[in-house]
Amino acid sequence: MVKVEGLDKLLADHPFFKGMDDTSRRTLAGCARNERFLAGEYIAHEGSPADRFYFIRSGTVALEYHVPGRDGLILETLHDGDVFGWSWMVEPYLWSNDIRAVELTRVFSLDATCLRKKLKKDNALGFDLYSRFVPVMARRLSSTRQQLTDMYGKS
Amino acid sequence: MTANPKQVLDAMTPVPFAITKRTQDLADTFTIELEPENRSEGFVFQPGQFNMLYAFGVGEVPISISGDPAKPHKLIHTIRDVGAVTHAISNLKKGDMLGVRGPFGSAWPVEEATGHDVVIVAGGIGLAPLRPAIDAILANRTQYGRFVILYGARSPADVLYRKQLQTWRGRLDTYVDVTVDHAGHDWAGNVGVVTRLIGRANFDPHHTKVLICGPEIMMRFTIQELATQGVDKDDIYVSMERNMKCAIGHCGHCQFGGHFVCKDGPVFPYGRIESLLQVRGL
Repeated sequence: MVKVEGLDKLLADHPFFKGMDDTSRRTLAGCARNERFLAGEYIAHEGSPADRFYFIRSGTVALEYHVPGRDGLILETLHDGDVFGWSWMVEPYLWSNDIRAVELTRVFSLDATCLRKKLKKDNALGFDLYSRFVPVMARRLSSTRQQLTDMYGKS
Repeated sequence: MTANPKQVLDAMTPVPFAITKRTQDLADTFTIELEPENRSEGFVFQPGQFNMLYAFGVGEVPISISGDPAKPHKLIHTIRDVGAVTHAISNLKKGDMLGVRGPFGSAWPVEEATGHDVVIVAGGIGLAPLRPAIDAILANRTQYGRFVILYGARSPADVLYRKQLQTWRGRLDTYVDVTVDHAGHDWAGNVGVVTRLIGRANFDPHHTKVLICGPEIMMRFTIQELATQGVDKDDIYVSMERNMKCAIGHCGHCQFGGHFVCKDGPVFPYGRIESLLQVRGL
């Protein structure tokens, strides 16, 4: 019980959950756990089951594509207050890229299987959570599109 | 508009300058230092202004001044080798001559920004026209609030003025954040678009002047993000790039709606040109 209350506090402090009611947040905290990753450690690999998603408390992670014969190609870095791992929402629930801790990174994560069960029973919470994820995804898509324009290249 | 025929003639006549130093900054970008002859006062300019550089026998190009305005005896230009004229200039060596007309155009609001936080947002070679403003602000650092420099480049190999960015970052009174669009494992910095740096720069959006220079698409998204953060459009200044030829508002090549970029710009308050930026093909 003490553990859940501690995690609830972590959720309350993260900007992603700003404005969420206490009951919903406690429900989510029941699926949460605290984690830390050392610099260079891989948190997820492309194609592996997306059974957790993550909220950065402190540190930096890199979203990468594995490129045969060379180091990963970094697509974006994420920092304190960012969220990663929305593959848990989309079938077949597999990571779409690698995730690597660039430095010592502290996160809390939510168990996707646990959460999917809860959201099936609580549609209001599901709507709230999806409403928070969609702007994150939209922003990430917009950034990717800007990067695709190669705006700093020779015009 | 310059009406006096002698003033027009003076403004249209290139003055020969000798190249005193040439530095290769990036694979396609170099910096030249020029020394004015017979000018005891040096080459006085304001941050944000540009010169027309004439490669003899090839042609002229508008290039922003990228040196320190407090050091007028050293005229500095950082140039990207993208066309016939800039390529000809890139082939010049120490001791070669170059024609210079200028300085022309409007300036960054360095004076008006005193008492405010100042946020510099630069993309690619857009850092070069902003460097004189950075120098001017740092020379009077106590006159300003929080000072933020945000810079985006294509890759780690394309980061311009890398040593100077490190020097600025090393100061205890300046916040510097750099990002690149793509990188490998040998880069431990940010990867992502420059707009992502704005939210964590921790400035006061209601008491901030923002100076932006970079590709127009980057400036557009930067302005959108600044609006999200609560920055008023009248506190945003952008440097526009158009096809400048005469540099004194006579030829019309750089007409931008009711403005001539060479004379009314290149630095504009965003509020003045906001509607024009949404006109396709302008």
